[in-house]
Amino acid sequence: MSTVPPVPSAGEEGRVSERFGEHGTPHEKSRADPLRVVAVAAGLGTPSSTRLLADRLAAATRDHLTEAGHPAEVTVVELRDLATDIANAMVTGFPGTRLRTTIEAVTGADGLIAVSPIFSASYSGLFKSFFDVIDNTALAGRPVLIAATGGTARHSLALEHALRPLFTYLRAIVVPTAVYAAPEDWGTGGDGAGDLAARIGRAAGELAALMGHRPPASPAQETVVPFEDQLAALRPD
Amino acid sequence: MQFGIFTVGDVTPDPTTGRTPSEHERITAMVRIALKAEEVGLDVFATGEHHNPPFVPSSPTTMLGHIAARTERLILSTATTLITTNDPVKIAEDFAMLQHLAGGRVDLMLGRGNTGPVYPWFGQDIRQGVPLAIENYALLHRLWREDVVDWKGRFRTPLQGFTSTPRPLDGIPPFVWHGSIRSPEIAEQAAYYGDGFFANNIFWPKEHFQRLIGLYRERYAHYGHGTPEQAIVGLGGQVFMRRNSQDAVREFRPYFDNAPVYGHGPSLEEFMDETPLTVGSPQQVIDKTLTFREHFGDYQRQLFLIDHAGLPLKTVLEQLDLLGEEVVPVLRKEFAARRPAGVPDAPTHASLLAARDTETPAETAR
Repeated sequence: MSTVPPVPSAGEEGRVSERFGEHGTPHEKSRADPLRVVAVAAGLGTPSSTRLLADRLAAATRDHLTEAGHPAEVTVVELRDLATDIANAMVTGFPGTRLRTTIEAVTGADGLIAVSPIFSASYSGLFKSFFDVIDNTALAGRPVLIAATGGTARHSLALEHALRPLFTYLRAIVVPTAVYAAPEDWGTGGDGAGDLAARIGRAAGELAALMGHRPPASPAQETVVPFEDQLAALRPD
Repeated sequence: MQFGIFTVGDVTPDPTTGRTPSEHERITAMVRIALKAEEVGLDVFATGEHHNPPFVPSSPTTMLGHIAARTERLILSTATTLITTNDPVKIAEDFAMLQHLAGGRVDLMLGRGNTGPVYPWFGQDIRQGVPLAIENYALLHRLWREDVVDWKGRFRTPLQGFTSTPRPLDGIPPFVWHGSIRSPEIAEQAAYYGDGFFANNIFWPKEHFQRLIGLYRERYAHYGHGTPEQAIVGLGGQVFMRRNSQDAVREFRPYFDNAPVYGHGPSLEEFMDETPLTVGSPQQVIDKTLTFREHFGDYQRQLFLIDHAGLPLKTVLEQLDLLGEEVVPVLRKEFAARRPAGVPDAPTHASLLAARDTETPAETAR
């Protein structure tokens, strides 16, 4: 894919099914429920280039999903607004109401877009702290697109040595294309194969494809091992 | 319904004076608080068990034995007894002895403990926390019910022809509560045995405990001990009161802001919104406590934490006066009025003995 696909109009449904049709039946889910895309942006400035990148990735993902016949709902969360709540959750051990609502949105998303500024060679502390206060099994199996912004392109591999291992640990499914936006990316036109718009389109397409292939996210169920089984596991041979 | 207090037994500096009590002062203060609890008409005193500073209560049955000798009516309990790092044989012996000395006014709450370094001090490993809790309690349960036990397990040496002495008073084991902050496995364990479940809800928001207690009630019924509504539930809650709520907030704020367990995070007001903490008038404590019943169903035991955050003994004793005079009498009346028939009280030695004797003719008293 070398160019960003256009947002399809209602009349383009036929073309969409033709594109996906050759792969069998890629999307089993009910057309009635919109897929939920949540983008988490850890930028600190206002306006924030991290937020801008999150917005563009979210919109591109929604466009891909729409094109594939999946209505989608997009939510963008700025961690800046939750900075105090996140610090409080770290010292008390539980999230307050506002943060809990955000965590529920993130862990209930069908697809997650996680965007951090790169500070001191890695994700920002605020970004990491947010994922530290989420249960470490809550994102298992969830499609995730990782992205970052930075003051220089020399730090772009932070996506691969910091963000990708974090989400691998959380057993999320991270799409192959990670998107890094350096200052020069914002100033280039959208005409080259490797430019920012193309990378956004490719990453969003990968996320949308994964989201279309998996069953809808359901809230984590607390499973209890029956007590007899717990006892039996301890019985000496 | 039973009302009481539980203490962590922390030695915490008073942030308004900078003074830290000695261990001896803290231990004698805990005893004074327990005696006062009986004086003001409360039902239960429970002490924590800890093996690291800044906590003093490493030897709960020693302290409870002393309190037993100086009280008449108070039920003596723990919050919690470490079922992971204590040898179940020693728990069986210590609490049976305490039962005899206290005339049966004894129950206990089992918990795992959550501090990694403590486990190896007692030859254990925190990674085995849940299996230790399950195996140790399975043995403890037998030691109190079978006169001669042959046993083999993973975590301690086998027993051959072992009799734990003294036998429980009147052959009735102490009632057991299983305390939990987060583990569904412990709710399941409590339900399996038909024991009590104490949700120490003092820090986490209520939704979490609604799920945990809901699970316990459902599994209690599943194992045939009664209806979900008949399961035996206990709850915590922490309070600070003055007659005028503004005075309570003004006086408690420096304690809250600096306490190791509360301070340097959310504001007092945010913490009160999210947890059972109530800082205000006796009426506010009454109102908040009554909401627990709406959230968790009718329950059997309410324990308040009142000697927290480095409060001086004099202040804690004033809190007990307010609890005994203004809060608990109203709560007893209000809870009783709302409680449907068929919801039992928490078992006591007397009630368990009476139930046993109606089922089978009285045996020879031990």
